[in-house]
Formats: sequence, structure tokens, C-alpha cells
Amino acid sequence: MKKILGLVFLVIMVSLIFAEPLKVAFVYIGPAGDAGWTFEHDRGRLYLEEALGDDVETQFIENVPESSEAAGVIQGYARKGFDLIFTTSFGYMDPTLEVAKKYPDTIFMHCSGYKTNENMGTYFGRMYQPRYLSGLIAGEMTEDNLIGYVAAFPIPEVIRGINAFALGVKAVNPDAKIKVVWTNTWFDPTIEKEAAISLLDLGADVIAQHQDSPAAQQAAQDYGAYCIGYDSDMNAFAPEAYLGAPIWDFGPYYTKIAESVQNGTWTNEPFWGGLDTGIVKLVISDLVPEDVKEMVLEKQEEIIDGELEPFAGPIYDNEGNLKYAEGELPTDEELLAMDWFVDNVEGNL
Amino acid sequence: MENSFVVSTLTAAIRSGTPLLFAVLGDILTERTGVMNLGIEGLMLVGAIGGFFTSYLTGNLLLAVIVAMVAGALLASVHAFFTITLKINQIVSGLAITFLGTGISGIWGANYVGIVAEKFDPVKIPLLGDIPYIGKIMFNQDLLVYISYLLVPILFIYIYRTKSGMILRAVGESPRAADSRGISVTKTRYIYTIAGGALTAVGGAYLSLAYNSMWIEDMTAGKGWIAVALVLFATWDPAKAMLGAYLFGGITALGLRLQAIGTHISSDFLKMLPYILTVIVLLFTSTEKLKRKVGAPEALGIPYSREDRE
Repeated sequence: MKKILGLVFLVIMVSLIFAEPLKVAFVYIGPAGDAGWTFEHDRGRLYLEEALGDDVETQFIENVPESSEAAGVIQGYARKGFDLIFTTSFGYMDPTLEVAKKYPDTIFMHCSGYKTNENMGTYFGRMYQPRYLSGLIAGEMTEDNLIGYVAAFPIPEVIRGINAFALGVKAVNPDAKIKVVWTNTWFDPTIEKEAAISLLDLGADVIAQHQDSPAAQQAAQDYGAYCIGYDSDMNAFAPEAYLGAPIWDFGPYYTKIAESVQNGTWTNEPFWGGLDTGIVKLVISDLVPEDVKEMVLEKQEEIIDGELEPFAGPIYDNEGNLKYAEGELPTDEELLAMDWFVDNVEGNL
Repeated sequence: MENSFVVSTLTAAIRSGTPLLFAVLGDILTERTGVMNLGIEGLMLVGAIGGFFTSYLTGNLLLAVIVAMVAGALLASVHAFFTITLKINQIVSGLAITFLGTGISGIWGANYVGIVAEKFDPVKIPLLGDIPYIGKIMFNQDLLVYISYLLVPILFIYIYRTKSGMILRAVGESPRAADSRGISVTKTRYIYTIAGGALTAVGGAYLSLAYNSMWIEDMTAGKGWIAVALVLFATWDPAKAMLGAYLFGGITALGLRLQAIGTHISSDFLKMLPYILTVIVLLFTSTEKLKRKVGAPEALGIPYSREDRE
């Protein structure tokens, strides 16, 4: 015991004397100026720098494709002696794992996946919680009971978001329908806007999105409709249309992880944080009437306290099958593999 | 319902085809002189940020378009210097222009993410705008779209019917013959590479000044590469460029609308359509023989130097 304590003491002394800043790298799928997904990760990085000051040194690389190229980029950082590497897109999961196995002394954190290693953790947020809340707003604000949803890819993460949103809509407005159009791209302002217009031309009066640019919101504003953003607070892009957005806030989490690596308490425990952790949030704009805002904030408290679960049964899919009976709840595994729409959603799967 | 579907799709075809149209027209001007330019993506991006930056600072949209053109012209002059004066491989230089333009626009635009500025709103043209269907589709667009309508016949006539156009084509077809007639190949290529770059940049500015009012890094999202394919599709002809640009814009718009009205066609398939078209076009223009047949400038991609004798 004494020996171990002595060793720990020695390690601490040595690390104090040679206190080098923790070197942290970030690998981004898009440009940091995309005003969405990558923008938020980069804000998290800046928050981390601000919070830890000289104790941390960060670097990032943008526009890394989710291909074999990703492994090369990640390995490059590992070889250069970075202590902690965040890889911030689903498609980096396997490349990250591959490199993590080769560099056991480096900590890897992969966002939005499910694979881990002794030195590789995975993290994500329960975005479906604020999405449900944004659905409450949309359900209250639609007059024609048709809500458009511009969505990137038919994968569980996106489908889960659409369903949570639709359940929020249904909770306050059972007559409203949600129409989904897939763009098959995370980021293409032109296609995102066109997709929104195709829904607006059909009479949708609220547009929600799971895309990385605010283009759909500008379409809603052009049509005098409302919109709900995503990723980042996008108020400035469409101030006359913007009702709010479910958004990410990675800064405090990145700081926590960096500190845990510094003081040796890091573990590869998967993290899927909800509204209670602050990694996901809801922004509500001033266009939302006070009573609706109060109702939504109340529901937010209920979710944080664990009293309200967006996916609590009874839930039917849009082919009429009962998926979860009264009192039933999907497991996390089921949420992570969701591939069906709830009953007030129209769209191709 | 049927009518509004058709009108909505065709309106969208023009709207989303217009940035491509400007880019393709610009590139046609350049390539007609024998200078291949694959840097469209980079040129569009500097145009997008140059235009947005000016619109945000001054609120003057015409000035914004002019600044976009100057930005495009400056970047294109780098390509001109590399390929015409230094005789660097045109493909390599074109790729470098793409990277350079992407980088410059990213740095230039770093402080302009998340704001909006003045934008070109749709303006109905009196009388023409009241024609059933066609009025709604063609004449309820914004000013830049109307300019592109005019630009197509102007360029067509310029290239095929004027003396300057003949010189432009001669330099692209047979620089040696043009040279022996006392035409400066270098000067001609410089002029049209730079002018083409300016026009291509308007395609980018369309995205940040009319299509949307914002700057986002990489907002062209690959449109420049579609434009590269469209230049082939159009066989360096402005009229066909218009057709091609609207066809590409229209297919995307149609795919989204078919989903929205609830048809069960795979969205992956619809997304693929424009690219299938591209592949078919490339197929038809890939071999040397076919290229000549479709009217590719004979000297395209070949640097010209007076001293080289075959």
C-alpha cells in the first residue's frame, strides 16, 4: 500500500514539475463555420480552451470524409503525441477504433457511435428530449395542422428525432401531421432549402429540420411560415420565423473529459446525456407566446426530473401497429435502433 | 394540385439551376479559348463570400455582385498566370484554385457566419409575369435570374456571331493558326480566363445573395463539380448550358417534391438521378473522337507556346 502511495506521489510530483498542457485534437466532418453541427463542436473546443487556459492545447481539422482518410487523420494526431482525440461524426467510429488499438496511451472519444475500447469512449446526447419539447411548440403554433420536416438520412438518430418531435406535436395537437422529406445530405444549403420549399408549397406552415445548415429556416421565412432549427441557436438567420431549436452544448462536457484525462479518472463508460446534463438544450424564441413557453418549460422540468418520458407508451407506428403499450418504455438499445415512424408522421423509410 | 405541383417544380428548377448556369457560362468562356478550368468550386466560393461581405457592409446588392466578380476575376487570374504564363498543367492548377478558393473564402468569411444581409427578392415582371403558368415559373424570379436569361443569348451571339467570338474560338481550336494571323493567344486566353472567372463567381454570389441570405463555409457543397460536368453536357454551348442547368436543378426539385406528396420512390434513387445523368454525359464525351464530334475546343487543356513546333 505504502509503495503504491509512494508511486502515486512520485507520479504527481513528476507531472507537476513537467506539467505539460494536455494536447487535445478534434476531427470534424464539416467546416467549423457551418453554423450547425461542427460549429457547435468547435464552440465546445473554444469553451474548453477558455476553461482550462494554459493547461490545454487544442488543434482541429475540418472536412474530414468518413472514409479510410479518417483513419489517417486520426492516426496523424495520435503519432504527434496528442493525449485526447475527439472524433465527431458517426462514420469515424471504425477508423477511431482501429487507431485506438494501435495507440493504447492515447484517449479517443467518438461522438454518436456505439463501439468502445479500453482507451476509446463514446458520447452523445439524448437530443430526442429537446426535440420532443420543440414538437410541443410546433403543435401549438401550426394553424393548418401540417408540419414539414427536412431530414438528412433515414438512420435511427434522425428517425428517433422525428418521432420524438411528432410525439410532442401529438401531445398538444392530435390533428396535426408531420411530413418528412429526405435530402440525403447533412449539409447542402441549396437542397435543404429546396426540400423546405417542397413542403411549404404543399401548405406546411411550420418547418422543422435535422440538417446542418439554416437554409430551411430561410425558406420558411420567405413563405411567412414558422421554423424550428437544430444544432445551434440560429435565430439571426430567420428572425421572423424562428420559434426555437433543440441544440447542442458540448463545452462543459469536453472540459469535464479533458480534466478527467488530466487527473487520470477517465473511463470508457458510454455517455448518453439528456437535458439534465446540459449537453442538449432547448432554445425558445420570443415569437412563442408566453403561455406556450411556460407549458414547454414545465414539461422540460418534468423530463429533467424523470417524470416525463417522450417515448412512454401507448405508441403506434404509422402502419397502425402498437409498438409500446400503456406504461411500456423502449430500452436504450431500441431507441438507438429505431427504424419506424410514429402514427402522425408521413414519409418514406 | 397537379398544376401547382408542376409550377412549383419548374420554378424550383430555374431557381436552383441559376447558380449552376452562371458558373457554367463563365467556364464556357474560359474553356472556349482552350484553358481548362476545374476551379469552379473555388471561384464560386470566393464569389459567395465576396458578395455577402459587401452586401452586409454596404447593403448595396449591385456593388455586392461587382465585388463578387472582382474576387472571382482575381482568383481566376492566378489560374491564368499558372496555366498561360507558367504553362503549368491546367488540371492541377484548376484543382489548386478550388482548394485556394475554399481556403480563402473560409478565412474571409470566418466572422460573417450567423448573420443575414440584403438579398435579391423575387420581382414580378409586369405583363410577362401575368401569363398563366409561364409567368409564375419564369417571371416571378429575382433580378439575377433575369440577368442570366439575357446572358445566354448574348453569349451565344457573342461566341458564334461576332468577330471577337471568332477570335475566342480560334484560339481554343487552333492557337497556332490564330497566332499566325496576328492574334495574341496569351492575351486572349488571359482575358477570357479572367472574365470567365468573374462570371462563375456570380454563380456563387447567387447562393449567398439571392438563394439564401447568408454565408456558410463551403456553401456550394459540390455545385462547382456539377458545373464542371455540365460544361461537357452543354458541349461548350451557352444555350445547352441553360438546358442542362435547369435539368439538373429540376431533377433535384422533382425528387424532393415526389417525396413530399408521398410517392414511394426511394429517395436514394432520386438523389442519384442527376449523377446518373452526369455519368451518361461523361460517357458520351469521354473519347477523343466523340469530343471532337460534340465540339470540344481542339486545344483544350494544352498550353500554348510559340517556340514549340510539332
